[in-house]
Amino acid sequence: MKLFGALMAVTGVMFIASLHVGYAAISLPEGVAALFGRGNPLYVTVMQEIRLPRTLLAAMVGVSLGLSGAAMQGYLRNPLAEPGLIGVSGSAALGAVVALQTGFAAMFLLALPVAALACAALAVGLILFLAGPRGSSLTLILAGIAVSAFAAALTSLTLNLSPNPYAASEIMFWMMGSVGNRAMSHVWLAFPIMALGWVALAGLGRGLDALTLGEDAAEALGVSLPRLRLQLLLGTAAAVGAATAVAGAVGFVGLVVPHILRRFAKGRPSTLLWASALGGAAMVLAADLATRLILPERDLKLGVVMALIGAPLFLHLIYKTRREIA
Amino acid sequence: MTLLTVQNLTVRRGECPVVDAASFTVKPGECVGLIGPNGAGKTSLLRGTLGLLPHEGNSSLAALLPKQRAAQAAWLPQTREIAWPMSVERIVALGRLPYLARGARLSRADQSAVDAALTRMGLQNFRARLATALSGGEQARVLIARTLAQDTPLLMADEPIAGLDPAAQIATLQVFETLAQEGRAVLTSLHDLSLAARFCTRLIMIGAGRIIADGPPRDVLTPNRLAEIFRLKAEVLDTSQGLVVQPWGVIS
Repeated sequence: MKLFGALMAVTGVMFIASLHVGYAAISLPEGVAALFGRGNPLYVTVMQEIRLPRTLLAAMVGVSLGLSGAAMQGYLRNPLAEPGLIGVSGSAALGAVVALQTGFAAMFLLALPVAALACAALAVGLILFLAGPRGSSLTLILAGIAVSAFAAALTSLTLNLSPNPYAASEIMFWMMGSVGNRAMSHVWLAFPIMALGWVALAGLGRGLDALTLGEDAAEALGVSLPRLRLQLLLGTAAAVGAATAVAGAVGFVGLVVPHILRRFAKGRPSTLLWASALGGAAMVLAADLATRLILPERDLKLGVVMALIGAPLFLHLIYKTRREIA
Repeated sequence: MTLLTVQNLTVRRGECPVVDAASFTVKPGECVGLIGPNGAGKTSLLRGTLGLLPHEGNSSLAALLPKQRAAQAAWLPQTREIAWPMSVERIVALGRLPYLARGARLSRADQSAVDAALTRMGLQNFRARLATALSGGEQARVLIARTLAQDTPLLMADEPIAGLDPAAQIATLQVFETLAQEGRAVLTSLHDLSLAARFCTRLIMIGAGRIIADGPPRDVLTPNRLAEIFRLKAEVLDTSQGLVVQPWGVIS
């Protein structure tokens, strides 16, 4: 409960800070009033149409990545697992890149995320087909790696065939991941899909706890492994697919957040699920704030900053836990 | 009344049956030892009985829904796995999972089952220690305590005492013996024939997937069977402390 309070507090502070920090200097009371449509009409536009969707998307993307990272690590019983492992984020990125390349992305506002989601759904279908309904966790990883590699190759091919450097750089920038310049319609597109994913993933707690003792013991404790796997796969696909569709590729959250919080969750996978959801939101909000604070005029990308924060943090963790690992 | 009825259970690996038409029952009060050389099919028989492997024939446990089965039989697999750094108490409490409603905390009854399991395995002082930081033998005891916390009429264990020190081996089998005396039943595979003879009320010997003998230890452990199935030159001695199997050579 202490952990829950602390994480809620950190996430809350980050959320408010994210609404508060920006190009236009708006005081806190003015900002709150503007959020509810009162006061200076310019401030209302800034708060409701620029900062609110950005902040909401950062939090939602963080919840999706943190939650699916914790679930994936719990299922595979491996602290190195991350949501990208099953190829959903790579496939969603491919869908977006193809949409950018073909000009489909410019046809209507949500064309790009819709293309990304379609590709992510296709990837899940392919993985389910490859791994089979009763396959082991190993076949799932292998199918995921195969799908990721294929998606990465097709993404490279698209870049390779791009008609001009401008198109290629647009694609490159999109792939770095960002929650800036998004509208509330992005939130409304992503939220229902993500929420379905969250519900599926949050229901995995018991099964993941039992899996601490291995697949055989978990099954004998009454856990249905094929069901658990399907729920994990669909939940991750919905959450991460939607996150990638609206924000591009944001790495490291799903890997680092459960890793940091595992000790505070006393190792329990079920506790780690919701803890990582909150922690993921806090971390993405913090990283997005950093993009605005460090070089506001250069449009730093979220995925870049996330990796810049995440990688050293990960190194530090390895350094600290190497004695336990050895 | 029986706790487990297995009829003509066959488990195949590919075409080849690794368990071949096995039939047996387990009644309350029995501690049944499953003995046989490596590869005889002990693990496959136990897992098939639980319904964890595709099989032909009938097993009363495999016919149950997973949740009902978890309330009927606890299972200790051979591979000892503790994936995350959780406290010993938390690991043992996982045995209560089948009885917990979604998201519910341990009730007082659950907690007392956990405490009793810790006490039976002599782990009271390990309660707060990280299970992953313990030695292999200690982890094995924690995992046995986890199955005890499940508090089921039947306990099935696959080589539970492998890797334990001699005192812990005997203490564990004494726990099994007590469980049987309390009216529960234990079905466990074992490699130490003397310990099996002393602590089990009944032995099932399997060789090449078939049940060779099923009965009191004294009837099952004959020098002929030890030679034929285990390829052992061995004497079966009747001592004041019970039956002792003394192997002294291998039949080549």
